[in-house]
Amino acid sequence: MSEEPQVTEAELHAYADGRLAPERRAAVETWLAARAEEAERVADFHRLGGALRAAYDPVLDEPVPPRLERVARRHSDWRRFAVAAGWAVLGFAAGLIAGWQVAGTRAAPVAASDGILMARRAAIAHVTYSPEVRHPVEVGADQEPHLVAWLSKRLGVKVLAPKLDEAGLALVGGRLLPGESGPVAHFMYQTQNGRRMTMYVRAESSKNRETAFRYSRENSVGVFYWIDRDCGYAIASADLTRDELLGVATMVYKQLEP
Amino acid sequence: MNEAERLVELIPRLRRYARALAGDRATADDLVQDTLERAWSKLHLYRRGTDLRAWLFTVMHNVHVNRVRAARPTDPIDEGMPELATRAPQGDALLVRDLDRAIARLPDEQRAVLLLVALEDLSYEEVAQSLAIPIGTVMSRLSRARDKLRAIMMGGAAAKLKVVR
Repeated sequence: MSEEPQVTEAELHAYADGRLAPERRAAVETWLAARAEEAERVADFHRLGGALRAAYDPVLDEPVPPRLERVARRHSDWRRFAVAAGWAVLGFAAGLIAGWQVAGTRAAPVAASDGILMARRAAIAHVTYSPEVRHPVEVGADQEPHLVAWLSKRLGVKVLAPKLDEAGLALVGGRLLPGESGPVAHFMYQTQNGRRMTMYVRAESSKNRETAFRYSRENSVGVFYWIDRDCGYAIASADLTRDELLGVATMVYKQLEP
Repeated sequence: MNEAERLVELIPRLRRYARALAGDRATADDLVQDTLERAWSKLHLYRRGTDLRAWLFTVMHNVHVNRVRAARPTDPIDEGMPELATRAPQGDALLVRDLDRAIARLPDEQRAVLLLVALEDLSYEEVAQSLAIPIGTVMSRLSRARDKLRAIMMGGAAAKLKVVR
């Protein structure tokens, strides 16, 4: 079978991808012409590429989720600030970022482990209190102004009970919980048919930190959590689906955004 | 154009690659989000003048590998995925889902090479750089990925893919 110039496997792929140097194309074509099976194989490689693009190109036309755009732009203000203020500030920012990375686990993104800890505590609080029939909360929704004022006072930051009627969730009430580094506000909501969601709110000591939404699952409890300057939030539920929970978290985020 | 604008512009491309890499939309978008965050924190490692998109694929690839590694013991979402994929395509039309499942059955490192070449149209050299592997490895993984995918997708009937063009 040594009648023709040798053709390598790599050249066959380059040919299928339309990347083969023009001077080699004829050689490969001659080689393939004598080998129907190989020719079919190479044609399939080409078709697979078409199938891949047909399958995934529609993603390009999907609207970009706002959360992704926010993350993409997130640090741009920071950077402009850093450039304007000079290298000293940039160095400081770099140190800060490096510090966060040391604080997080190596594999996880910035400050992930701290957030996961919060998510875990939120999940534990959720499974502890949401099955309660008679005493699910300390202060009921009928005393909402008192509840909110009390929790705000104890946390030392302004805490709100978001309105989530649009998601079919009504406030049941709330309670104070012990947290890692201070008191935590815990609100409970439920749907008409008794599906429950709890919101865990802690005061943040570093006031300028923001993270994107993250999702974690602790056994049967799904948790969306994020940090937004003054407070860290975790929305937990064993009853709602991940998508429902994301909808609720988005709603909460929007209401808390000034 | 500053980095933020260029990142925003590249989001659809990142989402497409992530969808093929990770499967479902929620997981894929989480992957894109982590990639963007990591890109910001690692921006000092990006060499200006080089292709930002190829660099982002590198970042995404690393994030993905870490996530898969971290998620395996606790995250049940992907459970059973490979087993589900054994059904051969039966209808005339090639279903996107079948392709999705077939891709999910490829080993991670083969899938990444195949997608970067066939979906993202990166040159073999760029793929080698993105994944930090020699070009010979790129070619051998590409070859294995394609043969495997071909076997999964077509079984005996090689004509099936023609439906999609």
